[in-house]
Amino acid sequence: MTSFAPFGIAPVDVESMEPMRFSFGFSRRGFVQTLGAGLMIAAGPLPALAQRSGGRTGGRGQTVAARLHLGKDGTITVLTGKIEMGQGARAELSQAAAEELRVPVDRIRMIMGDTSQVPDDGITAGSRTTPGTVPPVRQAAATARNLLIDLACQRWSVDRNTVEVRDGLITHATTQKKLTYADLADAEEVAKAFAQAVPSDVSLTPVKEWKVLGTSVPRPNQRDLVIGAHQFPSDISRPGMLYGKVLRPPAYGAKLISIDLAPAKAMKDVIALQDGQFVGVAAPTTHLARQALDAIAATAKWETAPHPSSKEIFDYLKEHVQSRNDLKNPFEADLAKAAKVLKQTYRVPYVQHAPLETRVAVAEWADGKLTVWTCTQNPFGYQGELARTFRLANDKVRVLVPDFGSGYGGKHTGEAAIEAARLAQAAARPVIVKWTRTEEFTWAYFRPAAVIEIEAGLDDKGGLKIWHFVNLNAGGSGVDTPYRIPQARSRALSSNSPLRQGSYRALASTGSNFARECFMDELAAAAGVDPLEFRLAHLENPRLRAVLEEAAKRFGWTERSRKQSPNAGVGLACGTEKGSFVAACVDVARDPDTGDIRVRQVCEVFECGAILNPNNLLSQVQSCIVMGLGPALREQMEFENGRMLNASFGKYRVPRFKDLPELDIHLLNRPDLPSAGGGETPLIALAPAIANAVFHATGKAVHELPIRWPA
Amino acid sequence: MNVSLNVNGQQRTLSTDPQRPLLEVLREEFQLTGTKYGCGEGQCGACTVLVDGRRLLSCVTPVSRVDGKTITTIEGLAQGDALHPVQEAFLAEGAIHCGYCTPGMVLSTVALLKEKPNPTDADIQSGLAGQLCRCCGYPKILKAVHHAAEQLRK
Repeated sequence: MTSFAPFGIAPVDVESMEPMRFSFGFSRRGFVQTLGAGLMIAAGPLPALAQRSGGRTGGRGQTVAARLHLGKDGTITVLTGKIEMGQGARAELSQAAAEELRVPVDRIRMIMGDTSQVPDDGITAGSRTTPGTVPPVRQAAATARNLLIDLACQRWSVDRNTVEVRDGLITHATTQKKLTYADLADAEEVAKAFAQAVPSDVSLTPVKEWKVLGTSVPRPNQRDLVIGAHQFPSDISRPGMLYGKVLRPPAYGAKLISIDLAPAKAMKDVIALQDGQFVGVAAPTTHLARQALDAIAATAKWETAPHPSSKEIFDYLKEHVQSRNDLKNPFEADLAKAAKVLKQTYRVPYVQHAPLETRVAVAEWADGKLTVWTCTQNPFGYQGELARTFRLANDKVRVLVPDFGSGYGGKHTGEAAIEAARLAQAAARPVIVKWTRTEEFTWAYFRPAAVIEIEAGLDDKGGLKIWHFVNLNAGGSGVDTPYRIPQARSRALSSNSPLRQGSYRALASTGSNFARECFMDELAAAAGVDPLEFRLAHLENPRLRAVLEEAAKRFGWTERSRKQSPNAGVGLACGTEKGSFVAACVDVARDPDTGDIRVRQVCEVFECGAILNPNNLLSQVQSCIVMGLGPALREQMEFENGRMLNASFGKYRVPRFKDLPELDIHLLNRPDLPSAGGGETPLIALAPAIANAVFHATGKAVHELPIRWPA
Repeated sequence: MNVSLNVNGQQRTLSTDPQRPLLEVLREEFQLTGTKYGCGEGQCGACTVLVDGRRLLSCVTPVSRVDGKTITTIEGLAQGDALHPVQEAFLAEGAIHCGYCTPGMVLSTVALLKEKPNPTDADIQSGLAGQLCRCCGYPKILKAVHHAAEQLRK
């Protein structure tokens, strides 16, 4: 069992992860206890990972050369520790550099997530690439442009104000002398100049002059993706590489007592290894590795341990809350004087990210150095995790992250790489470990389950005066209410999660916003006011008001919410997270045959400041909405006696083509405001809007995810 | 057993366990890594290939079952530098997030449009029901399929 520290840091800066801990023979770890074969979990606080220096400081003090390279042929290479997993960072950061360098975007080449070449820009998570990495890339590119102009002016002995740069061509206005960046690239002076630190006050191109930023640049390597040429981490192959498989326990908490490796070792070209609780095999093909693993798994003896089931998980989490006193409402005396008091408990189950590319890593040892190709949102964190596990200096570990098959907050930890590296060490050959879908569903970390308790008081005019909100176990993001309430306290309390848990797209705000926005509809009903009016009466933030009003207008809320039907309804919800703002109105109906909820239409308005890439942002918003249908309507991990009962796409039903509702998406551009990320927040309004639509149709409020039509 | 396959116009023979999944043969023996593992149980479509022009889930197909067959993988769809209209349509509509589902989605679309050259939204939604895009990029994929259908009808 693991303990879970309170999230005390500002949610926007925090990503959480609970790494698997490995205890190999050569390491001596103090604070480990067994979770099961192949993995050990550290007792003690869950590492709440703040953005590391590169991400947090925006790369201040960094040299131009650390960020940008000008090749002799004029090729511009931008270096970043951010990774691409489908969210669009490759295009966006290319745009950022191209804009400031005044070159077409196709002149930019990106190197992403290779720890031996790039600066540490922190984890790719928390919608932080846009606010945290775009600015330093722009600053470095603007500085490079200025330095190159300076060099040209020196060559021509002309004043700086008499030259201009366009399409990578520096031109002296009066003499029409011209120099390309490539012409300058050879000069030693460039290397010298690029060794300078990027000044933090370098002036950036104002939004109204943008030519590349603000346009819909497609993903630079998309052609490789449609022809099957792009090498995902799963597709990396090294000379002599073996295919590895790791023995998994039959259940959470199970401990390996004994195993016979002989059946695997008897197979030609197969290696088998036991190191404490870690057992793995490697073979020249996946097929043979699987057969070898099956053969030894049949000999394994296990000791199991009790584990709560998904049916009792909410009681369990509440029983294990770590600061019971904080559950108490501090406003009890005032509540007694309120005209109306409402209290409700919401439940959010564990869900899995289920990225289509499962965890995978290729590990190769040479000269005491470890090189790993893998899919992770956290290349430098991964490097550190490997270095600690194998007792190496960080610079003896190189992590490369080819563009990979999505993560949604689920790929912050390095377990596949540690497994591959341990097997590669034993085999003295490169080894790839690719998790199966069942392994990914069972052993990857989960989005936390939560119990959310809210109590509120209304005055006799329907004004919301008292608010007490507790999110138990899921963390602090999105806990604070955006509404104006005179007495309000919102908190995240930790519990003792029996499953390994960590970040997810929009993290705890998915559950917290669900509960809060559902409760707002219950309060509106108690006050006898329309849900839109009730929200607006308590909402001051002009940006949140703007998206809410726009969504309601586009959807025709006022007219449509007046109609009443027992088998169909409309609902709305809004929210803010990570510096962006969302509101959604939905139309749902009950399928008369199956009783399932059909989301027929979603109208969503989203605002994240100045839009950097409209088409990519639209993709992200569409993705959030459709992906959000899963946890809203169907997704939940079911487990009993430490075994996952639905660890497959056949049983755990994620959104498919047929679930696609009619979408009306409006991106509210605010060129006057700094850009925030857009890959998470658009998700948080969906589930509560659906729940509120069910409430609207049936008169019965919803208190649980996934949402069911009340019987 | 010895298995003989025509893959992307090339004749290949290998000696292997007849039960070995076609997916693993393509990836590990022929280095055709465009065909992806997603679930190993035929639920996600990432491993889709075309066999004699029809969709086949290579992760649940023992290689012996396709002995003597003609297989097209994503690598064999374009004619040299000229992309297939479905590939062009996916690019034109930007119907790609992480791209891991894209090869299977593209091949499945090629097969679907052979059966239904003029598909409705509902035809596409049911025709591609077996193809999972976990990034949920379905709205743009839907547009790309219509776009491709239009190009193919020309």
